[in-house]
Amino acid sequence: MRHDKHPVAAGARSGRAPLVTRVRNSRYPFIAGFLAAPVVLYVVFVISPYVQAFYIALTNWKGISANPQYIGLENFTRLFEDEVFWAAVRHHGVLLLVVPLVTIAIALFFSFLLNLSGGQKGGQMTGLWGSKFYRVVFFLPQVLAVAIVGVLFRAIYRPDETGVINSMLAKVGLDPVGWLIEPDLALWAIMGVMVWQAVGFYVVLFSAGMSSIPKEVFEAAALDGAGRFTLFFRITLPLLWDTMQVAWVYLGIAAFDAFALVQVLSVDRGGPDNATTVLPLEIWRTAFNFSKFGYASAMGVALFFMTITFAALTLRVTRRERIEF
Amino acid sequence: MAADTAYKPSTRAAAPHGRPRRRRNPLGVFGTLSHVALVIWALLIIGPILWTFLASFKSNTEIFGDALTLPTSFGWDAWGRAWEKAHIGQYMLNTVFVVACSTAGTMLLGSMAAYVLARYTFPGNRAIYYLFVSGMTFPVFLALIPLFFVVKNLGLLDTHLGVILVYIAYSLPFTVFFLSAFFKTLPTSVAEAAMMDGCSHTRTFFQIMVPMAKPGLISITIFNILGQWNQYLLPIVLLSGNVEDKWLITQGVANISTSAGYEADWPGMFAALSLAIIPVMIIYIIFQRQIQSGLTSGAVK
Repeated sequence: MRHDKHPVAAGARSGRAPLVTRVRNSRYPFIAGFLAAPVVLYVVFVISPYVQAFYIALTNWKGISANPQYIGLENFTRLFEDEVFWAAVRHHGVLLLVVPLVTIAIALFFSFLLNLSGGQKGGQMTGLWGSKFYRVVFFLPQVLAVAIVGVLFRAIYRPDETGVINSMLAKVGLDPVGWLIEPDLALWAIMGVMVWQAVGFYVVLFSAGMSSIPKEVFEAAALDGAGRFTLFFRITLPLLWDTMQVAWVYLGIAAFDAFALVQVLSVDRGGPDNATTVLPLEIWRTAFNFSKFGYASAMGVALFFMTITFAALTLRVTRRERIEF
Repeated sequence: MAADTAYKPSTRAAAPHGRPRRRRNPLGVFGTLSHVALVIWALLIIGPILWTFLASFKSNTEIFGDALTLPTSFGWDAWGRAWEKAHIGQYMLNTVFVVACSTAGTMLLGSMAAYVLARYTFPGNRAIYYLFVSGMTFPVFLALIPLFFVVKNLGLLDTHLGVILVYIAYSLPFTVFFLSAFFKTLPTSVAEAAMMDGCSHTRTFFQIMVPMAKPGLISITIFNILGQWNQYLLPIVLLSGNVEDKWLITQGVANISTSAGYEADWPGMFAALSLAIIPVMIIYIIFQRQIQSGLTSGAVK
């Protein structure tokens, strides 16, 4: 998207362009000099921990003093009998289904309103009045830290009328709801915040996708008498498929995280009674509160395979013929 | 939002800016409902944030009353308490320092690596590139435990230097991925001309390529600043409770709210929250266009 704006980017997509120079010998010291620091830093702090994690998952390491002992797959067999683990996995399943679906639906609706639904003006599809303002406001939660948003919504969701929502309910004569303390509601309350924060990002993302659809397509549709609904379901949606696929993967990966929000927002960090716990939270707690580093690493490995499976499946299942335009 | 009520089908003839409006498809029921939906969502976003600001002016008794009443007086006591007693000022300065260093480091190291990987052929180029890019696919929670011990063994636990280095390392994959794609799109002729004139590789990079890559560098800088500013997991793991004076803003604010019981200073908590939100909001409002494209550009690629 940004590249197209760059004046020199247009005709220059020539791929990797080796510099043909006469001072060939001075190339390798230069290359090594430029790569050394980033590669060392990256290998020490990123690659080596990832590699170590797979080994630690096979040990019963419980702290700094005790030597890690190789125990094979014992951590994993224990993990599969662990109720909390399965509760967390179930929550990821719910998050994975609900958050992307709701977020994408709302974001598609809004971006359609903001970009295409104002009809045509000067041959260009426009959005409804005030669409610039809405886009700025909708995107705002995206720049706030998740931890900050969590603290904010703790106050909004408070179980008595000191909480904003319950105060409103009281005004219309309804009883206060324990948003975060009812086990059946807590996860939904948290998902509400996730959607609240995410929608704006996808509105902007889909808007970019919609603005790249050539206007002739809409003109032709309008000539054929297509209404708003046809325009949305039969034309915009199919042409946005690639962007939606990206959105689904992003939101899915976010559904496997949710750490900061659950840690800050939920009662007792993952409560009530593990009703909102997620794997990242369990990893963090098992490692840094209970010092069971081996077991926590096994959870990390499980999380890794779930994330990878999800991403691969999504890309595979949603693959479609590209529509060229 | 006032514009919204003003803008009804009947007033369309006299459209706000006197621009000619289309005649077909009058807004009708669909248009009205659309506006209602947009206004509701905008209120859902602005409401909680505005309420936080207002709550920071309330007294403790007001806070435990009806949530929807306005504060009776506007004093800045709670803000002072949050800044001083709850150390929000300290946390904010810490965060500014850490993010400034780590973003600068990320941009310098990331653009150097990306440039070399994008424009030079040498054995191992692809291997290093994929090594970096693979970092984007792994969940950070997998690395968390060994990372903690790597940092600890280097003696960098509970130090800002440790956090800065870790931030840089974890920002590199996306930065390298994005920037190497960007460097590839730049024309080769200018760099070649410079080399012909005897400009060294290093100078070519800093004086020719970096200025040319400015649009890409700006969006990825914004991306990194926001990502690092909002980071929560790494600070709580790398800066323990022993060094509260070194904490970062997200960690500090979350701690006030989770550790505090009901006797706690709630107005102070809301003031702390406001203090954490306001600078980000101001920067967002000023740079909203760049921020939106900076954050979404990675996905559009």
